Amino acid sequence: MTFRSMTMRRAALALCAGLACAGAWALDEGAAAPKFDLPGREGAVQLANYQGKVVYVDFWASWCGPCRQSFPWLNEMQAKYGARGLQVVGVNLDAKGDDARKFLADVPARFQVAFDPAGATPRAYGIKGMPSSVLVGPDGKVILQHAGFKAADRAELEKAIQTALGPQK
Amino acid sequence: MTGVRSVARVVPGVLAAAMALSGCASVQPWEKGKLAQPAMTFGASPLAPGLETRYAEHIYTSREGASGGSGVGGGGCGCN
Repeated sequence: MTFRSMTMRRAALALCAGLACAGAWALDEGAAAPKFDLPGREGAVQLANYQGKVVYVDFWASWCGPCRQSFPWLNEMQAKYGARGLQVVGVNLDAKGDDARKFLADVPARFQVAFDPAGATPRAYGIKGMPSSVLVGPDGKVILQHAGFKAADRAELEKAIQTALGPQK
Repeated sequence: MTGVRSVARVVPGVLAAAMALSGCASVQPWEKGKLAQPAMTFGASPLAPGLETRYAEHIYTSREGASGGSGVGGGGCGCN
């Protein structure tokens, strides 16, 4: 192999490595959901605490319109399936905590809310859009990932939650 | 000697790539709060105009020699 092609190959490798660092990768379905330990409204919110439950992790921000639309639905899901083992966790990604508090005063959230102003959690989850949600099974593995929130998505997401919870007892 | 030569060839390439790539910091979806503000839109409501609207308004008033009438600001005092 000539020196020239070696150099080119190394340069290409370095370029690929650099590009790989720049982009975040989405999680694979079936992969373990990254753990998080974030401040919540009352005490810390940890994913590990919900082991054995189906966890619907929703990433939202106060400035995001579809997030606002999703809150009544999230409340409904928590109310409907909470007893069967569903826990909705809304991870707020506002850089300023005040924005989130104002939003919550306006739009009630009857589920767990955690605050991650630094954005470490969405980075770990490889979030591609706002809002994004990740359904985590009782074994802590990712069942479904979803970006955006439209009225048409509700039925499909609810079905995924029902499937994850298993047959009604 | 060949080792030194190949290093001398690779290092500038890697440095150039690193410098070029450091320029493309990607804005993550959750970091777009400022872009979602009304002021960042092209045209918004008359009470919270986008930059485009405000600019068009400015040109219109200077061309027509009159101001006001499309928002709350601007009376007949000739001060804006």
